[in-house]
Amino acid sequence: MPSLDQLSDSVADGVLLGIIYAVAAMGLTLIFGVMRVVNLAHGALITAGMFATFVFSVDLGLPVYVAAALAAIGGFVLGVVIYWVAVHRLLGKPELTTLLATFAISIMLVGIGTAIFSTTPRNIEVAIGPLDAGPVRLQGTKIVAAAISLGLIAALYYFMRRNTPGKKIQAVADNRSAAELVGIPSARMLAQAFGIGTMLAAAAGALIATLFPFTVLRGSVYELKSFVIVVLGGLGNVTGALVGGLILGLIEGIVPLFWAATWVPVVEFGVFVLVLLVRPQGILARAH
Amino acid sequence: MRAKLAVALALTIALATACNPESDNGDQSEAEGEGAGGQESIVVGLTVSHTGNLTAESTNQFNGLTLWAEQVNDDGGISVGNDNVTVELVEYDDESTDTRVQQLYTRLITEDEADFLISPYSSGLTEAAATVAEQNETVMLAVGAASDSIFQQGFTHVFQIYTPASRYLTGSVDLLQDRFPDDTRIAIVHEEDTFSTDVAEATRAYAEDQGLEVVLFEGYPTDTTDFGPVISRVMAANPQALLGGGHFQDGTTLVRQVAAQGLPIDLLSILVAPSVPEFAQLGDAAVGVVGPSQWEPQVAYSEEAADDADLEWFGPASEDVVSAYEERFGETPGYHAMGGYVSGLLLQHAIETAGSLSPDTVIETLEGLDAMSVWGGMKFSNEEGDHGRQIGHEMVQIQWQMVGGQLERQIVWPTEAQTTEYQALTQ
Amino acid sequence: MRPLLRSLRRPPLWLLVLVILLVGSWPYVTASALNRETFFLILMFVTLASSLNILLGYTGYVNFGNVVFFGLGGYIGFYLIREGWHLVPASLVAATAVTLFALAIGGPVLRLRGAYFALVTIGVNEALRALVTNLDFLGASTGMSLNFSVYDAYGGARNAQWFSYGYVLVVTLLVVVLSYLVKNAKLGLGLQSIREDEDAAEVLGIHTSRAKLVAFALSAFFPAVVGTVFFFKNTNIEPASAFQLRTSIEAIVMVMLGGAGTVWGPIGGAAAYERLRSSLITAPGVLRELQLFLSGVILLLIVLFIPEGVIGYVRRKFSRTRAVLE
Repeated sequence: MPSLDQLSDSVADGVLLGIIYAVAAMGLTLIFGVMRVVNLAHGALITAGMFATFVFSVDLGLPVYVAAALAAIGGFVLGVVIYWVAVHRLLGKPELTTLLATFAISIMLVGIGTAIFSTTPRNIEVAIGPLDAGPVRLQGTKIVAAAISLGLIAALYYFMRRNTPGKKIQAVADNRSAAELVGIPSARMLAQAFGIGTMLAAAAGALIATLFPFTVLRGSVYELKSFVIVVLGGLGNVTGALVGGLILGLIEGIVPLFWAATWVPVVEFGVFVLVLLVRPQGILARAH
Repeated sequence: MRAKLAVALALTIALATACNPESDNGDQSEAEGEGAGGQESIVVGLTVSHTGNLTAESTNQFNGLTLWAEQVNDDGGISVGNDNVTVELVEYDDESTDTRVQQLYTRLITEDEADFLISPYSSGLTEAAATVAEQNETVMLAVGAASDSIFQQGFTHVFQIYTPASRYLTGSVDLLQDRFPDDTRIAIVHEEDTFSTDVAEATRAYAEDQGLEVVLFEGYPTDTTDFGPVISRVMAANPQALLGGGHFQDGTTLVRQVAAQGLPIDLLSILVAPSVPEFAQLGDAAVGVVGPSQWEPQVAYSEEAADDADLEWFGPASEDVVSAYEERFGETPGYHAMGGYVSGLLLQHAIETAGSLSPDTVIETLEGLDAMSVWGGMKFSNEEGDHGRQIGHEMVQIQWQMVGGQLERQIVWPTEAQTTEYQALTQ
Repeated sequence: MRPLLRSLRRPPLWLLVLVILLVGSWPYVTASALNRETFFLILMFVTLASSLNILLGYTGYVNFGNVVFFGLGGYIGFYLIREGWHLVPASLVAATAVTLFALAIGGPVLRLRGAYFALVTIGVNEALRALVTNLDFLGASTGMSLNFSVYDAYGGARNAQWFSYGYVLVVTLLVVVLSYLVKNAKLGLGLQSIREDEDAAEVLGIHTSRAKLVAFALSAFFPAVVGTVFFFKNTNIEPASAFQLRTSIEAIVMVMLGGAGTVWGPIGGAAAYERLRSSLITAPGVLRELQLFLSGVILLLIVLFIPEGVIGYVRRKFSRTRAVLE
């Protein structure tokens, strides 16, 4: 039986990581919610965020969190480009085409990445010590990353609910032709929405890079986590992604206390499949 | 009717072209007897992971092999009896996956007429390739493959360069018992893949044989990013030493988080990660961490040491190889690179000693080998259930130490090879 | 004569069988081990792609976890071979087990549509891989190995390889015939109407859930057989190599490239894709570093400009081929 200390350690850890993973998942679910596209380049964009942060901070000497911000902006720009190149023409076509198109982008990015960076692992050292809060000892970098994540999530909410561009995107998501009728350039809005989604992925990647070592191929692991989170919260449901992220973080933190850690993915994907079969609209959704 | 026939014809041609039948020269003809039999060069075939998750290690390994090939050709080639043959390397990308390995090695043998083969990097790929080598009766040197199980499959043409998994961490156990003879409790935590699991289980068996208690033995999934829960369980089990890990990714994360948590242990010995130069990026967290290594640049294998041990010495001195590699590739070689170099060196030595290119003669030579080179000892098992497994080479245990403000790798075990004493962990 | 049996006599089917036999016999004609290896991979992918096409091509449901049938079949078959079974009965038992598995999960899983279905199939693959990694009797994470002497029962390793090839050739013929029959049977029409508009099909009296389930189960059988043969050749199976998401996606790409919903599509797509990858791998110089990137570019171009695949395009433009090119 794990002790209370162990339990609180794991819960705290799980919550912090869950928030960071939620940022990535929100990017994925936003894109799906707005244009019904499952972005299979999601993992590659997370990796891009990691490597951009590495290059800006370790190679170019910028402070880590500045590098992270630049990586996020780069993620936005890359996302807009991907939208125009691969997604725009295929909206409205069967889902398979956008799945494959974004997958093609993914292997293009990983291909270039491997050619440039090889699969040598990278690591970013951030000099923030641990924080002792009562019985728990928390990694300083995790706290900072989680805090920044919360900031990003708040900014996203403000943007989508209060801001005009955000509302325009909502309008296009709800009814594209009607939005066009009132003069909203729907394609531009969709491109921006896609860019925001990828920006969140890149930002999450940047933050994760401050916590763990990574290689060019690391993105797919986080992409799978994002899928699980998105399904838990309901595809298209941004609030749900936050809840899903916390649930995933808690699963990863608590399951190994009771069973061998090798059962964590079984639980994760078992829950994933079950939720899809039993409640595909997500745990949070009200029955439609 | 004609249209249908036309379509049929077009389809057959299209499909046949798409499949693009290769012309080849049939099956490999055996080189019988002494000497090079009229050949001027030999083809050494292999696959390299240019893409996929094994890229970094495989490329280093291939660089080592390339250095050897260039050196041997510069020197005029391998001497086979009264002839000299130059070496031609032919390689393809296996993409770090076993899907095409058998096709590529068959291609190397039948189309590129490879006389000898080097394995791909990693045990999993090597198992697939070894079958092709065996059925075509071509000698394959397995480098970058540490699995014991490959050599229980009944191959007679495959020989292992690396110390097998079962002997990776036994040195760490010995080190613990030597420096901390009162310690009795160890924890083993390992990545859930073939290699790390093999090492972990052999380490547990060895430790228990030595009278130690394994208080925790657990695997974690390959993609684990957060070791918080695992470390919690380790702390709860209260061990005096922690052994295990897996590959670089998880090893470094584990070490980082162990340092952050401040685990009160006497020894922390982790697979693979500590022997990769990038491990230094961990800074303070790296200090005191031990890891097994197939080879290190400072390792003191030399012709004198071979004489002392009554072993034959072959190949150049360690310093010469290291500086040649540094000049050619601009970085100090790690053990992946040196393994690649030695696979070529061993092949050369075996051919030169055998005086023939015939696989059977070369195999006989390898079976009787008991020698030392820059890599260390080299001897192969001749037992039927074990044939080709490496039994002459020992791992060294390295430790990261702060020397004059710089993080450095030092060899702390075995005592014959050590460059300095083990430093206790300060936490 | 019943419609299904009548279609057995039609030229398009004989054309299919003939061409595959002719092309598939090339390794025998040249007595070349390399051709055998190359064609083995091609036929293996043709089987995977054609099986996938039964579900994907006809109903439009994208099974992103189709490698699960390959991997699970491989595991069960490999386990039996290690117990001393011969390749053929081992593979057939494995395939039956996997088909039953597909029938069992198919019901709930096929109630989902579109992206949801795609996601749940990914989840099933990942969950199964994680599960197998924990099962000691299947070798857990280390996997299982075959002793080289297992080939003695076939007359030596070389004979075993040729036998495996011949077996896969037979399997390919069967799957292609199955694909053709399904398409032209009432089942096939029902499936294709699901692709066009599932709700309308239901309203018109087509038992859509049963049709989908049958298609799903049929798409599981032959990949399982071929999985057993592949790992038998490799003498080694591990969770990582048995459940690669990448293999699933390659199968989907092949179907797309050739033309989903046609019988020739997966065949041509698999052959072309395999050749393309092989030549990129054996190409010299910088092309090799970028071969992954180039594969992505080509895939993107296909998806953007010829989403109906090569066969689909040919059928569209050259209407006279439609009678022959199924």
